[in-house]
Amino acid sequence: MAELATRTLPLAGAHGGSAGVRLTPAAPAERLSLRARAEDVAALSQSLGLDLPTKPKTSASASGRTALWLGPDEWLVIAEGAGSSSSDLKAACASSGVLHSAVDVSHRNTAILVEGPGSAAAINAGCPQDLSLKSFPVGACTRTIFGKVEIVLLRTGEESFRVEVWRSFSDYAFGLLAEGARDAVL
Amino acid sequence: MLLIHCPYCEEDRSELEFRWAGEAHIARPENMAGITDEEFAEFFFLRNNEKGLTYERWRHIHGCGRFFNAARDTVTDKFLMTYKAGLPKQPVPGVSATEKAVETCEQTEGDAR
Repeated sequence: MAELATRTLPLAGAHGGSAGVRLTPAAPAERLSLRARAEDVAALSQSLGLDLPTKPKTSASASGRTALWLGPDEWLVIAEGAGSSSSDLKAACASSGVLHSAVDVSHRNTAILVEGPGSAAAINAGCPQDLSLKSFPVGACTRTIFGKVEIVLLRTGEESFRVEVWRSFSDYAFGLLAEGARDAVL
Repeated sequence: MLLIHCPYCEEDRSELEFRWAGEAHIARPENMAGITDEEFAEFFFLRNNEKGLTYERWRHIHGCGRFFNAARDTVTDKFLMTYKAGLPKQPVPGVSATEKAVETCEQTEGDAR
């Protein structure tokens, strides 16, 4: 019998891409679906150590944590590098003392990193967003649709994106991204 | 592809991110238990299905997730305006809401034509 349970990511071992696009499954991260009222945002921002964005399509990052605006009262908070089942984010939110809903969705989502000069074109293979730097600058994020699945898209650099997708859809998303990556260099 | 303006995202987004959610501005009766079956049917089942300007609820389901209201022309399929949920029915500039251009199937396609 195994002495140790090892965690396997839904996209473990997946690789793909093309000359212009690199596709990499992201490392495990802690994720929180956070909902709160406008008057409680300041208190939650303070206990999370970052300013929860209140403008559409914006994100905020500080000390390894990123908060993505998904809706007027909804955020996705990602703590990178937190591969274990620690609940730092939930505890941080709880310490704010204000009414909120914080649901740990670390294992619901997985992420694909899309990098390279053709990254926007690869994503646009299945996503209707305008990904020009003018309307989707670095740090912009949105929940949107990619082919038949819903994704949360975050632009981490001029030529790099993070695609957050539900784990059961990740094979589909990775496959469609690989197709898009192939088309992006044509 | 249609572009729909989401009043919460403050941006035009692709129709793929949206879902239709029925006619807007239908007030739920306050004394639900007290109304007759006919009144309930009127509230619950019967819709005007107007030709021309209609007010509808839409949901930005693959975006911010919010419901909002839209004024849409059912003839041209054009979105005339969108506004946040909870606001009263907004007048559309240049379009009269009382327009009665009723054409029935009998008038246009039936034997009575």
